Amino acid sequence: MKKDLLGIGDLTRDEIYLILDTAEAMREIGQRPIKKVPTLRGKTVVNLFYEPSTRTRTSFEIAEKRLSADTLNIAVATSSVLKGETLVDTAMNIEAMAPDVIVLRHASSGACHVLSRICRSRVINAGDGMHEHPTQALLDAFTIREHKKRIDGLKVVIVGDLLHSRVLRSNVLLLTELGADVWVCGPSTLVPIGVERLGVRVSTSVEEAVKDADVIMMLRIQHERMQGAFIPSVREYFNTFGMTPARVSRAKPDVIIMHPGPMNRGVEIASEVADGPYSVILEQVANGVAVRMAVLYLLAGGVED
Amino acid sequence: MAIVMDADRMGRSLARIAHEILERNAGPTDVDELALVGMRTRGVPIAKRIAAAIRGINAHEIPTGALDITLYRDDLMRHAVGPQPLVRRTEIPFSIDDKRILLVDDVLYTGRTIRAALDALIDFGRPKAIQLIVLVDRGHRELPIKADYVGKNLPTSLSQSVQVHLTEIDGRDEVEIRES
Repeated sequence: MKKDLLGIGDLTRDEIYLILDTAEAMREIGQRPIKKVPTLRGKTVVNLFYEPSTRTRTSFEIAEKRLSADTLNIAVATSSVLKGETLVDTAMNIEAMAPDVIVLRHASSGACHVLSRICRSRVINAGDGMHEHPTQALLDAFTIREHKKRIDGLKVVIVGDLLHSRVLRSNVLLLTELGADVWVCGPSTLVPIGVERLGVRVSTSVEEAVKDADVIMMLRIQHERMQGAFIPSVREYFNTFGMTPARVSRAKPDVIIMHPGPMNRGVEIASEVADGPYSVILEQVANGVAVRMAVLYLLAGGVED
Repeated sequence: MAIVMDADRMGRSLARIAHEILERNAGPTDVDELALVGMRTRGVPIAKRIAAAIRGINAHEIPTGALDITLYRDDLMRHAVGPQPLVRRTEIPFSIDDKRILLVDDVLYTGRTIRAALDALIDFGRPKAIQLIVLVDRGHRELPIKADYVGKNLPTSLSQSVQVHLTEIDGRDEVEIRES
């Protein structure tokens, strides 16, 4: 593996499988009475989060603690960023205290790449703007593989706000690399120009897209990133694209429903679907810890170069 | 390269170890407290064979698990940069509390793997006792660790390597020693 995990594009197919296989072993640690192994003892991991996050930050922190790393969290709301410090200056100051890994969440696409160039520490991208969120895609693939025993040849449909989604890009790169037949679906105002060049099929009809799907992955409507009128109203969006039991019934009988969270119930997904029998949304959260442990071990488990 | 143990000798060694286990754990409740834990990779099939041998002697079913010690290794931070050792699943489908754990490995050498295994086991609970079974003891210990049951004591030099082959993994039962 490379020094940093900035995006799925950095990984070879073999490395993706190595992470997923290692995560299988890591998951067992979470089922023990003592959920901790000494692997990263003496290593320091800084979680630097410039955007609000519950799931991802908690998941990384639990993963780090289960591997015995020393962790600290910098939430921007209580940091010197509010006094005007730039990302680079903040990073250089953290770097001066010699952490082994920096986990970065930032609203700007490419922020991790900037850090990667200036830091000796290993950098893990925990979501950068509208670009990538690699550990989310890895945990999604892990969850799909657990249910379907394969990824190759599956019809995976990703529905929602495609334009603002880093989860979309990471998932498309990963799933197409592993041979899935990926469809993306959303209102034309939220379909990124040129998305078909990533090797996906584009549809603006949910009914068409979900037909015979093995996996339906919902994306959140990201109001906070929308500057302009992309959808007429939340109600109309739900009527046209919301995942309802009727739409789910067009997919394969053993379809699984995924969502990276946080969910907007009644906007992109109906509560009956989110809490229904096909939903693996909470499994995704549980698997996130195992996948992040695998990434941390594979990046930081050895000596520095 | 020399073959120091063939399939026949391996079978007899494991049968003898099964008998020794029952002799050493002869108290009225001892057998019920026994559990085998094989260390990945080759300790796992050896543990299963010992379980089968004990079943053949007294019809007792000894619970058997598999332990991967990669995350407990003391040399993870010392190796030159390269791929990390592959972590495989630990599967211990029973509580080890108050059990007599029979830890199984193929070759006993420096003792560092066993040290890691002891740490790993203690994280699963508090066994009544841990006893060590190895197919081959090749000497050169770096830690104060000794096996309770040994298939074969094999004097070696540090320049030699000992390879255990098992039918379940390698297609044949054989122990060989080679100059490296």
